[in-house]
Amino acid sequence: MKHTLVLTLLAALALATSGHAAAAAADHVHATHAWIRVLPDALPAGAYVTLENNDNQPVTLIGASSKAYAQVMLHHSSTTGGVSRMAMVDSLSVPAHGDAKLAPAGYHLMLTQPKTPVEPGTTVRLLLKFSDGSSLPTDFVARPANALDDGTAAGASTGHADHRSH
Amino acid sequence: MKSPWLRLLALLVLLAAGAALASCHSSAPLPFRLTNLTGHMPQLEFTLTNDEGKTVSAEDYRGKVVLLYFGYTHCPDVCPLTMAHLHVAMQRLGKLADGARILFVSVDPARDTPAVLHSYVNAFDSHAIGLTGTPRAIEGLVKRYRSAFTREPASKDGSYEVSHSSAIYVFDRDGNPRVLFTPADNQDDLVHDVHLLLSNTGQS
Repeated sequence: MKHTLVLTLLAALALATSGHAAAAAADHVHATHAWIRVLPDALPAGAYVTLENNDNQPVTLIGASSKAYAQVMLHHSSTTGGVSRMAMVDSLSVPAHGDAKLAPAGYHLMLTQPKTPVEPGTTVRLLLKFSDGSSLPTDFVARPANALDDGTAAGASTGHADHRSH
Repeated sequence: MKSPWLRLLALLVLLAAGAALASCHSSAPLPFRLTNLTGHMPQLEFTLTNDEGKTVSAEDYRGKVVLLYFGYTHCPDVCPLTMAHLHVAMQRLGKLADGARILFVSVDPARDTPAVLHSYVNAFDSHAIGLTGTPRAIEGLVKRYRSAFTREPASKDGSYEVSHSSAIYVFDRDGNPRVLFTPADNQDDLVHDVHLLLSNTGQS
């Protein structure tokens, strides 16, 4: 009697898990606050985004690509002992029912060699790639070099550089 | 024979005069909130090339409160974040900020030409100046402030990163190091201390 119950539960669990595996990671991820800090002269730029995962299991971001840039790399900045370093990383896990932030001085996407100059105020589409092969197209707003965030937060530094971008 | 009281009086007069003399040179220390560097590091000294291609020395910035930062333009994350924070600090200082200069010294002179630095610093703040120079001159300045930088191994396409000190050294109008600002510090404290230095005239 008890055995049957356990078996039934296990079978149900297996079904549930396989059901989840079939749904792409990208379907469970919601991207917000996506922005790029645009630097002059086609210098490498940092891209930032908040990823929310509504799934019961973690999803793993492994990188991104964009038609607007020759290369996109997942990076992590750290400051230890008063020294700032930047290193390439393979992946970033977004916990189940949690979020992961790509934000200045931490995880970011490094965008290099824009194919055409990217102007602040425009949007650039990036394809966020996950370990299961799925991808999430996300529009990133291009912000001036001296912006501190995507410009939507309360009290955000908005348009401080407006006089320069006109 | 002199009275011991007269001797004591003379001594007291001398002491008072000494104290008065000393106070002419250093009045009460400024109430800084950041790490106080006063007296711990040498005066600002360098000969470098500015972002207009002109040779400049530290003397050219005497009379200005200087915020010194070592960085490089191919740094997409931490350097622009620091410069953006300095821009906000300058904005908060309002008109007083005209008495200050942000000196962005490149630790990557191979790629950071005056032209690259010019558009870079101007994208952040009108009080920012980009400086570059010979590796020897840059290393000299970095070492003068017990700072450091390391060029990391290049990737396949030849691009590379530079690990560097994240601190900002703040100098008074006479070129004396006064406070150190690190990423762990509060921006309010930076604004407070730079404001003190900007509104402090004639004291040292």
